[in-house]
Amino acid sequence: MNNPGFIEAFIDYVSKNYMRILTATGEHIYISLIALAITLVTCIPLGIYLTRNEKIAPYVISIANVFQTIPSLALLGFLIFVFGIGNDNAICALVMYAMLPVLQNTYTGIKNVDKATVQAAKGMGMTNFQILMKVQIPLALPVIISGVRVASVWIIGTAALAAAIGGGGLGRLIFSGLSLIRDEIIFAGALPATALALLTDMVLKKFQKYTTPEERAKRIAKKMKVNFNH
Amino acid sequence: MVYFENVEKRYPDGTLAVDGLNLEVESGEFVVLIGPSGCGKTTSLKMINRLEECTGGKIYVNGKDIMTLNPVKLRRQIGYVIQERGLMPHHTVAENIATVPLLLGWPKKKIDARVDELLDMAGLPKEKYKYRLPAQMSGGQQQRIGVLRALASDPEVVLMDEPFGALDPISRDNLQNELLTIHKKLKKTIIFVTHDISEALKLADRIVLMRRGKIEQIGTPDELINNPATKFVEEFIGSDQLSQISGDASVTALLEDVIMEVNLNAAIEDVLEDMQDRDVKSAQVTDAKRRWHGSIYLSTLKKAKREGKQLVKETLSVNRKLYVEDGNLKDAAEMLVDMEAPIPIINSANELQGIVTEKGMAKYTINKLIK
Repeated sequence: MNNPGFIEAFIDYVSKNYMRILTATGEHIYISLIALAITLVTCIPLGIYLTRNEKIAPYVISIANVFQTIPSLALLGFLIFVFGIGNDNAICALVMYAMLPVLQNTYTGIKNVDKATVQAAKGMGMTNFQILMKVQIPLALPVIISGVRVASVWIIGTAALAAAIGGGGLGRLIFSGLSLIRDEIIFAGALPATALALLTDMVLKKFQKYTTPEERAKRIAKKMKVNFNH
Repeated sequence: MVYFENVEKRYPDGTLAVDGLNLEVESGEFVVLIGPSGCGKTTSLKMINRLEECTGGKIYVNGKDIMTLNPVKLRRQIGYVIQERGLMPHHTVAENIATVPLLLGWPKKKIDARVDELLDMAGLPKEKYKYRLPAQMSGGQQQRIGVLRALASDPEVVLMDEPFGALDPISRDNLQNELLTIHKKLKKTIIFVTHDISEALKLADRIVLMRRGKIEQIGTPDELINNPATKFVEEFIGSDQLSQISGDASVTALLEDVIMEVNLNAAIEDVLEDMQDRDVKSAQVTDAKRRWHGSIYLSTLKKAKREGKQLVKETLSVNRKLYVEDGNLKDAAEMLVDMEAPIPIINSANELQGIVTEKGMAKYTINKLIK
């Protein structure tokens, strides 16, 4: 940003194009949310399934690992053959990227729940489904959410590339800024994208803390009007 | 109440863990399964609530063949306590105790009343403990909650799998005594697994001594000690060594570190709280030079507090003590029979040397027995 009038140019650009920036931000959120939703709906159940079929777990997780290592632009380019150009292609690529942390954390989070606790739950007369819902998922939740945090930051960051294959989002501003060599346009795209990623991470971090046993017990104690730390 | 008929457990790899077990546990009986590791005692216990499935023979609970029952429903009818880490770490004490009643779909009010009732029974003030997490409590308190949880739905049979195995000797002893009181009061059928012979002798109505998947001998503690059926039983109980313990030996053989030492000028209120938190029932009172001034007990402290006394030095018990120079095991044993609290051991200059505990005495005796 070595051109001297950058700040003025940026303010000028934003004031004239705020609708465009807002629309692009909206698209960006939309693409990211859909991608994240698909990731969660597929990978959390898959992760749980893997804890019950441990033999195939290493293979499935290494597939997710391979997706992760393909350079993002190459993946987007390759998917044009499958989905053509546009948002569908981008969303599919984002899901493939975000799979690993969610899958891995769901799997390890549930596997790491103390076996003695699970055995006790079974001995009390819980069904397998009740053990999953009342014991394993609640105890694994902080770990699962930490995977979701990583995934959502990646998704929001990588979603900017969607514009490269005809998709929408803040990437459009960034790419047009790049081709016009105008830093203020790049900035108008990059700034909201960064802010979105940071904000999402912050919110999820709060939620992660909310799901820990200590926080839950504190809420109960507060509701019952007793002091948690005696 | 629980009836084993030729029960066999063979694992897929061919090992025979339990081999033709026949056992009838009467209603209200306290039966302890004991034996060296790998003898099949835990497997036998777990077959009762079908955490392990038997591969031969039949088990009846309350007259019903358990293989004809739904395992989940069966488990909800049977109390179950495991060694440690058995509480749900994310659930409060109240929720943990309420586990089975919740699964059985009891109304909320009934569950709440039941939780309070059980906490009262265990002497745990509900306003203090109800909404705590297991991690906020000592191991002894956690196991106490584990026992309450097993009793919550008032099952007729309670299975206990080395429930006190991981506890320190003091808590262990306390919990054993409480369990005996509960058993006396509630007349539950208890089947208890341990590898600790002193625990078995203390708790059991009948002991089932197992070895390599088979029963070596069934009998009351007295029968096992006095009439061991085989050489193995004799060695396991160690009855031939009993006569070798001499009451004339010095108490120094049993000397242990003081569990809790309190300064003469400490406030009753603080000490009381400290003792309750640490789950100890007595402490030794000393001055800055570690001279012994007396013992205090939870019960007398509570009484002194009610009477409005402020400092521990106003409520000392000074008569119960032994001198390191001439105290012998017989004196100590007699004192422990009168009252199970640790005995302070002092020297002629009144300096506190250590304590002798019931547990230490038992351990010493058992080591002598087994050697």
